[in-house]
Amino acid sequence: MTAVEIRSLSKIFNADGANRVEALVDVNLDVAAGEFISLIGPSGCGKSTLLRLVGDLLTPTSGELTVNGKSAHQARMDQDYGMAFQQAGLFEWRNVQKNIELPLELKGWDKSKRAARAQEMLELVKLPEFARHMPWQLSGGMQQRIAIARALAAHPRLLLMDEPFGALDEMTREHMQDELLRICAETATTVVFVTHSIPEAVYLSDRVVVMSPRPGRITKIVETGLGKVRNEETRRSDTFHHRVIDVREALRGMHDEDARLVGREDR
Amino acid sequence: MTLSPTALRQGARKTIMFVIAFGLVAGAWEGYKAIGPERSSKVFGWKIIPSASDQAMPHIGSMFSRLAKPEVRGNGTTIFHAVALATWYSFRVALFALVLGVIVGLLLGVVMARFRITERALMPYLIVSQTIPLIALAPVLVSWSGRLKPFGFQFEKWMTAAMLGSFLAFFPIAVASVRGLKAVKPESLELLDSCAASWWQGLIKVRLPSSVPMLLPALKLSAANAVIGVLVSEISIGLKFGIGRLILSYSQDGSSDPAKVYTAIFGAAVLGLVMAGLVVVIERTLTRNRPKETAR
Repeated sequence: MTAVEIRSLSKIFNADGANRVEALVDVNLDVAAGEFISLIGPSGCGKSTLLRLVGDLLTPTSGELTVNGKSAHQARMDQDYGMAFQQAGLFEWRNVQKNIELPLELKGWDKSKRAARAQEMLELVKLPEFARHMPWQLSGGMQQRIAIARALAAHPRLLLMDEPFGALDEMTREHMQDELLRICAETATTVVFVTHSIPEAVYLSDRVVVMSPRPGRITKIVETGLGKVRNEETRRSDTFHHRVIDVREALRGMHDEDARLVGREDR
Repeated sequence: MTLSPTALRQGARKTIMFVIAFGLVAGAWEGYKAIGPERSSKVFGWKIIPSASDQAMPHIGSMFSRLAKPEVRGNGTTIFHAVALATWYSFRVALFALVLGVIVGLLLGVVMARFRITERALMPYLIVSQTIPLIALAPVLVSWSGRLKPFGFQFEKWMTAAMLGSFLAFFPIAVASVRGLKAVKPESLELLDSCAASWWQGLIKVRLPSSVPMLLPALKLSAANAVIGVLVSEISIGLKFGIGRLILSYSQDGSSDPAKVYTAIFGAAVLGLVMAGLVVVIERTLTRNRPKETAR
């Protein structure tokens, strides 16, 4: 089954204005249910725009987009997806449990059902004893785990993540990657993941979607073929290193192209 | 709220500072009385050296001892009793004014934050409203509340005073809430959108709580404004029973009993302190679980 279907999708900001920006042009992509997809590319390549189009936080200029077989708008209304951002964005006046409960409150769940689900989520992210803590009492990595717990609280089938580990240090980041993979495997969640880090994209994903700017588009899709189980061994494996090189070259290729376009001779 | 040793120590320090500050003011007052001239005098033709006579500057001691004596000769009740009653009366009117002002201010803030056009339309009028002297407005409101009887409801004079107080109290809340409600982080709004939250849900669950740090300083201003508004309107609409009225009537005894008016001024000061204390309690309650940076 296809979780996300994108057909010749375009997004143009200020279509009639002087500072017209072609954020995305003619994007085609299918994301299978349970698949982990990363969007990678230099800033301005439209990866965050694509994520927000899937989440119906932006409206496409043209093209077709379905999420779980419905329109993106309907999928948002049904809370079919959860979302996590670079900033954990926890609400400082709510304790950890209440933060996780927010999407459920908005759905109108009753109190005991909410509390039970929040506890379940806290166990999923391995912070069960922190329900009564306030967000500012937690480290950055813990806050981000709570944000993921909140995104998954309503058991969405799709998780949209915009550089969720971008603000974390390298050690915490690798730990969080393993946690995320474990959580996704346990919950069979489909993930669309925006990142700047090549190793992160390769390590996490089934497929890495390489994008380029002006106009924003998909230039290459790299299958990682790393299998379902990933650990320290994976990070040391030849396949991992080859895929990192593949993605890097795909990104560099577009830089050379860019350089040619502006008539610069780099080498 | 449990009292930790640090909290107790801080409380003790604040009390000591308060006593020292009072002592300094009292010392300056009595000090000037000791060295100042009996009659006010001129420097370069300007009358700027104030008189230190008992008539113009009664002893601090006589102000306090006046509190224990009867209000008028032969009458049983002490001044302390009269001042306490009047302060309590004005406190209740001012509290009503503050509550009304906060409700109106929040409603205006919500409407202005929700509809951009209403902000442009309303804000100039709100600013103008604060430049109208209360004394000019009081008679108008008195005559309206005398004539208007919505659903047979008769406005009482204290309600008019409370309305005038709220007229000053609503403004800081309206300005702070329109800013606070709009200053929500973009990612919080995206999160709300991603959860398909309605605007109303967003208001209750995110916008209002996140604007609390901006609303608390405004609440302090509003509380002070409510007190001033009520005391001034007590005088200008002729509302008996309140401390504002008491200040006016005691000051008329100034020539024969100069210490008397200060007892009423003490009452007004206590009223201000109680209101400020109330705001601190509200602030503590609302910021109980917040990080220390915003709690300050």
